[in-house]
Amino acid sequence: MDYQLTETQQEIINMAGEIAEKKIKPVRAKYDQNEEFPWDIIEEMRKADLFGVYLPEEYGGLGGGNLELIIMAERLAQACGGIGLSALTSSLCAIPILLFGNPDQRKRYLPDLASGKKLGSFCITEPASGSDATSMGATAKLEGDHYVLNGVKNFCSGGETSETYVLFFSTNLDRGPRGITAFIVEKGTPGFTFGKKEEKMGIRCNPTYELVFENCKIPKENLLYKEGRGLHVAQGTFDLSRPGVAAQALGIAQGALNETIEYIRQRKQFGVPVSSFQAMQHILADCATQIEASRALLYSVAKAMDKDLIPATQKAIKEGILVYDAMKELGAKRWTKESAMVKVFCSDTAMKVTTDCVQMCGGIGYMRDFPIEKFMRDAKITQIYEGTNQVQRNEIGMMMIKEAASAARKEAVAA
Amino acid sequence: MGIHIAVCVKRTPSSTSVALDGNGQIQTEGLPHGINPFDEYAVEEALRIKEKLDGSKVTIISAGKADCAEVVRSALALGCDEGVVLSDDAFNGSDTMATSLILSGAIKKLGDVKLILFGKQTNDGESGHMTALVGARLQRPSVSAVRKVTEVSDDSISVERAMEDGADTLKLTLPAIVGVTKEINEPRLPSLKGKMKAKKAEIPTWSAADIGVDAAAIGAAGSPTGVVKMEPVPTRGSGIAITGETPEELAKNLVEKLKETKFI
Repeated sequence: MDYQLTETQQEIINMAGEIAEKKIKPVRAKYDQNEEFPWDIIEEMRKADLFGVYLPEEYGGLGGGNLELIIMAERLAQACGGIGLSALTSSLCAIPILLFGNPDQRKRYLPDLASGKKLGSFCITEPASGSDATSMGATAKLEGDHYVLNGVKNFCSGGETSETYVLFFSTNLDRGPRGITAFIVEKGTPGFTFGKKEEKMGIRCNPTYELVFENCKIPKENLLYKEGRGLHVAQGTFDLSRPGVAAQALGIAQGALNETIEYIRQRKQFGVPVSSFQAMQHILADCATQIEASRALLYSVAKAMDKDLIPATQKAIKEGILVYDAMKELGAKRWTKESAMVKVFCSDTAMKVTTDCVQMCGGIGYMRDFPIEKFMRDAKITQIYEGTNQVQRNEIGMMMIKEAASAARKEAVAA
Repeated sequence: MGIHIAVCVKRTPSSTSVALDGNGQIQTEGLPHGINPFDEYAVEEALRIKEKLDGSKVTIISAGKADCAEVVRSALALGCDEGVVLSDDAFNGSDTMATSLILSGAIKKLGDVKLILFGKQTNDGESGHMTALVGARLQRPSVSAVRKVTEVSDDSISVERAMEDGADTLKLTLPAIVGVTKEINEPRLPSLKGKMKAKKAEIPTWSAADIGVDAAAIGAAGSPTGVVKMEPVPTRGSGIAITGETPEELAKNLVEKLKETKFI
């Protein structure tokens, strides 16, 4: 399908493709098996300028938006959902800083994230606080010029390998959801250590860590946006970042399907290639159709978001204001519903397609020697993180009801 | 300080399956083209030397039709500084002798070039002459089949030349001409920013007049050699596998086969 990408966007895909095929494919099984972080591939991605494709040129990026990020993430994930993830975890740290960071914070943190010199992570989860982010227990207390952080965050993707973290703490436990506040915390800050490293089903090369805070003092300037508006920061981030998960999912699906077709065209049973059986062709057809539909939705949503995001970013940089405020001034809409839709649709596609791919490959598809089962393991997380697909559906439903109510109000006023 | 390095690159077919036309000439029209694979190593080595010697500059030179600007751009995307295309109808039909005159003319025009790098050979003509020919034209030391640069300074370069039975270590006073083999390095991938920059780069085209080369000394007329006819390499038949359970049996079967084919 021709999605009318620009020449630069096509270059991004080509570049990511080159790294995916030449550098990632030969080592993906090793890093998956050993649960080891692929620093050598990160270096290749840095040298190719892939970490900053979606960030403004003013901060060392390539000046693109969400579409640039997702086409890159999709192409990398076609080779390995785990290795490709490192660019996405960094974006999940850069997006809240871009949206809610003041000009100083943008200038301080974004260039290193854009160049890939530093990796970034984002973590809101706690042992007792998953989908219910409001039940957060980790605290931040203002003492003079510093906030003092205490508590535990867990399931932090890219943990330990990242230098910059966007994290959420309660600055006022009594206020529940309205007490949650976002902060930028740097690795190496005394009192910030790494706890348990999780052993995972998929995306195994990307470390998932527990972050431990014991009287960790961070400068007051590391407050991101406003006290008590942390959930706002998180939701605003997810509105723009979920297409990244969708892109990872889509890449995993496409990668699995590509390698499955290659295999079933040469695998012979009953004297003919397995691909000649109609039973196979029907599964193939469904997989390909779901993938293309997912891609069409994802690219359309990303393009629509960029139409809001890129001018707002330029305005914010020029006027020295927050991008989030610039978006509001420009009348940008909230993307909660659409970002949830692409996340649900693409990740459900990934799970379905990769499961079918294992099925089409038969016995070998289930074996670790063959790359297909890994796609299926890697796909699963995309239905879970950045909000489970059940939570996404809640959000879609909630936004639909809000929109209907608002339309009804307008009608009533007009009458 | 640093030095000015020139790398001569050629636009060649990327495919190994080329067809011959009725006159026994290679048909390259419509085939995918790219930078001669051997030249990629020369470009990479130039960049590594540039990174080692502060203040160095790399200029890419490519002779051919106007479309060789695309291979110049691909080298610029990797971090080379400037590029120039040598193109003129008068160049058409140049053999290696005439081409060496054209390249030497361009290098002289650049003026301050201290090191000229080539890939060992091209993947189309495969003559492997150019390093030596340009060395002779410029009356400067040249060495081909270089597998390693051991030392480089503003005044000299030390290299290892691959030989059948090992390697020679040679030190050349700059300016010098060096042809490199595939073993010398692993070429880098371009960066996105490099590609964007390369796309916008201005690449001048120099004609015979620009480089001060006499049109009679180049092109088909100025070429002492010419390709009479090309033929595809005959396909090699498959080998014969000698089988057997034990070494004795294998030897016996081998001798039988040799007798059968009248080798013994």
